[in-house]
Amino acid sequence: MNGLKQQQKVANGLIYFVLSTMSVVWLLPIVWLIISSFRKELGAYTPYVWPRELTLDNYILLFTDTQLFNYPRWFMNTLFVAVLTSIVSTVLVLLTSYALSRLRFKMRRPLMNVALVLGMFPGFMSMIAIYHILKAFNLTQTLYALVLVYSGGAALGYYISKGFFDTIPRSIDESAMLDGASKNTIFWKIILPLSRPIIIYTILISFIAPWVDFIFVSVIMKDNVSNYTVALGLYQMLSRENIFRYFTRFAAGSVLIAIPITLLFIYMQKYYISGVTGGSVKG
Amino acid sequence: MVTILPFLFTEQGMRALTNIGQLIFKRFKASKAMVADADGITKLSLLIMGLGHLLRRQWVKGLVLLGAQIAFVFFMITSGINNLIGLGTLGTRSQERVWSEARGIYVVIPGDNSMLFLLFGVATVFIVLGFLALYWLNFKGAYANQKTLEAGKTPLSLKAEVGVYLNEKYHITVLALPILLTFLFTIVPLVFMILIAFTNFDRLNQPPGNLFTWVGFTNFSAALWQDPLKSRTFFALLSWTLTWAVLATGLNYVFGMVLAIMINKKGIQLKRMWRTIFVITIAVPQFVSLLLMSQLLADLGTFNVILRNLGLIDQNIRFLTDPTLAKITVVVVNLWVGVPYSMLITSGILMNIPTDLYESARIDGASAWVQFWKITIPYMLFVTGPYLITQFIGNINNFNVIFLLTGGGPLSLQYFQAGQTDLLVTWLYKLTVNEQNYSLASTIGIFIFMLSAFFSLVIFNKTTSLQQEEDFQ
Repeated sequence: MNGLKQQQKVANGLIYFVLSTMSVVWLLPIVWLIISSFRKELGAYTPYVWPRELTLDNYILLFTDTQLFNYPRWFMNTLFVAVLTSIVSTVLVLLTSYALSRLRFKMRRPLMNVALVLGMFPGFMSMIAIYHILKAFNLTQTLYALVLVYSGGAALGYYISKGFFDTIPRSIDESAMLDGASKNTIFWKIILPLSRPIIIYTILISFIAPWVDFIFVSVIMKDNVSNYTVALGLYQMLSRENIFRYFTRFAAGSVLIAIPITLLFIYMQKYYISGVTGGSVKG
Repeated sequence: MVTILPFLFTEQGMRALTNIGQLIFKRFKASKAMVADADGITKLSLLIMGLGHLLRRQWVKGLVLLGAQIAFVFFMITSGINNLIGLGTLGTRSQERVWSEARGIYVVIPGDNSMLFLLFGVATVFIVLGFLALYWLNFKGAYANQKTLEAGKTPLSLKAEVGVYLNEKYHITVLALPILLTFLFTIVPLVFMILIAFTNFDRLNQPPGNLFTWVGFTNFSAALWQDPLKSRTFFALLSWTLTWAVLATGLNYVFGMVLAIMINKKGIQLKRMWRTIFVITIAVPQFVSLLLMSQLLADLGTFNVILRNLGLIDQNIRFLTDPTLAKITVVVVNLWVGVPYSMLITSGILMNIPTDLYESARIDGASAWVQFWKITIPYMLFVTGPYLITQFIGNINNFNVIFLLTGGGPLSLQYFQAGQTDLLVTWLYKLTVNEQNYSLASTIGIFIFMLSAFFSLVIFNKTTSLQQEEDFQ
């Protein structure tokens, strides 16, 4: 027995060591980012690790020096797009997953297969086409176009919500129908109030997306700088001409948006795991 | 067509085909029977839409159908037919400069805009299809009304009809908006892009200055064998994309699982703290962390600086600019980005494995090692099967990691507009944004789709059979 306990202790000690090393490795770049945001000396990297002077200037300049990079404007743009996107996406996803989960109709399986196949096209491809279509109607480079792009195909991402709806027992629907309720009433008065976790999850996921995406917005906005989102703006700060002057400000800007997103993500963590595993077990 | 071919070779493909075939055949037979059985009014509604409804007191439906017919005919006469012809030619007059006597200068006369021709042509095709569907509904409705009257009942009033759409036919009401938006923003653009792959739309052939036109399968053959530069690029990038997807998915999964097992082990304290530490790295937006890493690992970047200060190296390690090293770096950085995700997922599952499986194994004398291989691994693979497939396909299309770290570089003269770490999808981006070679880009997009579809179906079929085995056990 003693030998086994010793073995356990050694094994555990080893594991603690590995975990600590890995944690340091994992957190190091983030720590470096935060340090850089307080660094006074310009430039993307310095020949030394700890800054010679610490300052809050980078954060302040983000909001005051808006000639070249208008951070507050980006922030409002992204907020606007995020709010609209989350509303439209959530509505679309909930409608679709409810229909595919609770209702039975001839085209159900074919529709699910079509959604699966559509998802296999690289998202970028349809994006180019949407850009050309918008250009033909002179709608490009607006924030509304961005909202449409982010939420238009939202119905295709119904899997997780559908998995959730599948877990609500059918007996609730059936007893309501016996009482004479139409499917419409059941949806609004019974199912939705029970679905708060998944609604919150869907809203949060679609809210976060515009903050972190930069491919789509770069193709749609091109050079309309006043309509840039935070992601694209920060990316511009790292272009060859700008990087020396603006890297520390980039760090500050990144930290500023990383904080709320991190908090949102941690809050959402429990829903995320149950969503992915729940969905896959149930099939 | 070309894209459907791999799909057909699976059992599901065959079944889907036969189903569609049966459906069309049944509809055809049914409609023939209905036409034979139709009375005077119903037959008339084949000519004038809405008649079968108006004359049976379904005013709203009838008026809507009649209005639709009039609008459609008007549309076709004024622009529809032209659009369809334009779809075939994609414009014949290009922009011209003509000497204008009155103004004494050369004046530019705009020519046909091929893009708009394509756009309107496709839109018209969809409108025609939509109208045909409406026409069919018109006939079905008229016939149903006829049958209702024959049975001695009255056709539904507007109020009752609305009730039906809120109950028995609720799926139609609920899915109408999502399907419409998905159609507009996913399906129509996709059709558009697929069509562009069959044209020669690139920088030289761009409206409004120039025309582009149909070139059939030229782009496909160019990418596959005809144009040596392009085909070499294509196959090189293809093999790297597949290598990358396998490495990225596999390594992330294994490391994530190992990490999850370590944290989950009995006797390890502060489980939540360890997990939260790793979660923080994924909560930071991916583009921030990747741009950060690209700076840290630059030739003159902080990593190299630290290593030199520590005296470990004398020359900067070219993490991101040396072809082979860049590929390794990219896989390693992807580990940094992705392991927390797979750790989270495997953690959740690990915690759910029924402990009595382990208990009985231990009683039977199985060592920890054996328990791991015979219980943990099969269970994990079973539950995370679908997840692995989506990850693999996601990695085939993993734009962010490659583009933000290396920009697809280092560039190579051997490739057409591509670098050594480019995936097919980043090549697509470059072709579009930098080179504006839209037709080639669309062709590549179609190839990527075929790749993803192929793997999805093959792996999916294999895992479903595996799952049934597990259930047996």
